[in-house]
Amino acid sequence: MLSGDKSSVELNWNEVWGGFKQLLPISLFVVVFGVAFGLAAAQTGLDDSASLLMSALVFAGASQFAALDLWGAQVPVVPLIVTVFAINARHLLMGATLYPWLRELPTAKRYGVMLVISDANWAMSMQAFNSGKSGIGLILGGGIALWAAWVLGSWLGVYFGSDIKDPVSLGLDMVMGCFLLAMVVGGQKNLRMLVIWSVAAASSLLAHRYLPENSHVVVGALAGGVLGAVWMEKKK
Amino acid sequence: MSIDSAGYGTLIIILIMAVVTLVTRLGGVFVMSFVPINYRVQQFISAMSGSVLVALLAPLALNGDNGARLALLTTGVVMLVLKKPLPAIAAGVVAAAVFRHL
Repeated sequence: MLSGDKSSVELNWNEVWGGFKQLLPISLFVVVFGVAFGLAAAQTGLDDSASLLMSALVFAGASQFAALDLWGAQVPVVPLIVTVFAINARHLLMGATLYPWLRELPTAKRYGVMLVISDANWAMSMQAFNSGKSGIGLILGGGIALWAAWVLGSWLGVYFGSDIKDPVSLGLDMVMGCFLLAMVVGGQKNLRMLVIWSVAAASSLLAHRYLPENSHVVVGALAGGVLGAVWMEKKK
Repeated sequence: MSIDSAGYGTLIIILIMAVVTLVTRLGGVFVMSFVPINYRVQQFISAMSGSVLVALLAPLALNGDNGARLALLTTGVVMLVLKKPLPAIAAGVVAAAVFRHL
């Protein structure tokens, strides 16, 4: 997987449409997640248009929920930047892992498709690339499907969310947590990763308790990352 | 430094978030085009990417109600068995809803 096969890297509209359709089922779920965000944003006191603008421009659910946690009459800038960066830092890894294939594209397209990268279309495109198929359509088409679903869901949540009488009793507050956990569990599992995750969890809990608010994600992620850099996997 | 969340402040906050997120989306590809990421850095990044999620979830599991814990447990188990995120997430949410109605 270290070098991209040129024939598997194309960008044509058939393929983008195919990617769009392949990500539609997951997008339906993203609508629900978007509703939860729109509702939470409205309850936090964001303007309707601000909530939609945030979903359209940021398009990164977990970091948007985290921003709501920081929301108040005054929003602290440095914690906001650190939090959003830390939560979305995984995009850096996605970009790096896709690079062997993306470098076959002209610069504008290479960065263009990355505008809509997110967990689901990244995972599916990596699978396609690794089995010798083109995943560019999955990134762009799938990304567009996910983005549209996210904005649509946010809109539904903002305008109709208050019709949901008690989102907590419906379990909707757990949508994000379950989504993130599914991502964790769906990833690589071995003793090394379990130890890394335990250290990350323990560091996060300690930071949550003893360090400034919202530092726990950064502290936990760095602790896990440092352990991963010290205790390296054997090269295959 | 803080920004008032009233008026244009909201717009500025959203733009800051958008720019930071954009940097993460484009940064990985950008960095890779100059610096070959060595094995240790790769291991750091891949360990960190899972750890970010774990670090987000740990307080949620510890401080949440039993419905929240049951939701996470259900999602984890279903994900391990079926290896499909959608049913796992749905099962977790349903578990929380059912538990809270008991």
